Amino acid sequence: MTDFPLAFDAARSYRRVNVSAELSQYIPVGLLILIAIAFAAGMLLASTALGQKGRRPAVKDTPYECGMIPVGDAHMRFPVKFHIVATLFILFDIEVVFLYPWAVVFKPLLKDPQTGMTIFTSMLTFLGILFVGYVYCWKKGALDWAPRRETPQPPA
Amino acid sequence: MHDQLFWFFSIAMLLSGLLVILSRNPVNSAMFLVVAMCFMAGLFVLLEAHFLAIIQILVYAGAVMVLFLFVIMFLDLKAERRRRFRILTFGGGIIVAAAFMVKVHDVVEDMPLVAAKGVAGTTEAVGRLLFTRYLLPFEVASLLLLVAVVGVVLLSKRDLK
Repeated sequence: MTDFPLAFDAARSYRRVNVSAELSQYIPVGLLILIAIAFAAGMLLASTALGQKGRRPAVKDTPYECGMIPVGDAHMRFPVKFHIVATLFILFDIEVVFLYPWAVVFKPLLKDPQTGMTIFTSMLTFLGILFVGYVYCWKKGALDWAPRRETPQPPA
Repeated sequence: MHDQLFWFFSIAMLLSGLLVILSRNPVNSAMFLVVAMCFMAGLFVLLEAHFLAIIQILVYAGAVMVLFLFVIMFLDLKAERRRRFRILTFGGGIIVAAAFMVKVHDVVEDMPLVAAKGVAGTTEAVGRLLFTRYLLPFEVASLLLLVAVVGVVLLSKRDLK
C-alpha cells in the first residue's frame, strides 16, 4: 500500500487537468518533442554564451578558416535526376503506409473464419501489382544513376 | 485540455502558415510548412484520428516535403529573392483567399459539429475497415500507384531503355 498514494495522486492530478485517456498516450511523444526543442535551443544558447562573440573577424564566418577559399555559394542547382528518385520514393512510401494497418490487424483477421486467408492474399495482390511497377522502372532504367553513354566519350 | 490544445494547435498552425508565405528564403518556407503539417497532425489527434495523424507526419512532413525541397533546390534561388512586392498580385491574392474562405464557411456551416466523434481512428480500426469492407478500393489504390509509377518514369526520364 506504500506506493498507492503516489499513483493515486498522479491519477488525481491527471483528472484535474482533464487529460482524456487517448491524449495521455501522447505524453511520451510530447516529452520527446520538448526534449528535442530544449536540446537544440540549449546548444544554440550554449554556443552564444560560451563563444566569444566580440572576437569574430570576418574570416570566422567563412566555411573553412584555412584551406581553399570557396568559389560561388552553396545554393547551387541540383541535377534534375534527384527528382525522379524523390517522386518514386513518395509512391513506394505510400505503399508502405498501407502495410502498417495490415500488420496490426493481420493476426486477428487471419483467425477470423469470415476473412481467413483473404487478409494474406489481398496484401499479396497489392504488393504484386506494385512489384510490377518496380520491375517496370528498374527495366526502364529509371533507377540508373549515371546517364547511358550513347556517344563515345571525348579523350580526356 | 482539449479546447486549449485545439486553440494552441490551430493558432500555431496558422502562424507557421503565415511564416511559409512571409519568409523570403524558400528553404525556410518549406521548413515552416513542415511545422504547420506537424501541428495539423496534432489537430488530427484531437479528432481521434490517430492513424491519419501519424500518416500526416510520415507521408506529408516526410516524403512530400522531400520532394518540395528537391524542387526548391532545382530552382534558381537568387532570381526568386529579387522579386518585388506587387500591389496587384497582393490584391488578387486577397480576393481569391476571401472567396475561398466564404465557400469554406458555406460548406462548414451545413456540417454537423459532432461528425468526428464515434468514428474510431486508431490504426486497428482503420485496418479492420480497410481489409474487410473497403478491400476493393484498397486493391484499386495499388493500381493507382502503379499508374503513377509508370507516369513518373515516362514523364521525367529522358533516356528510356
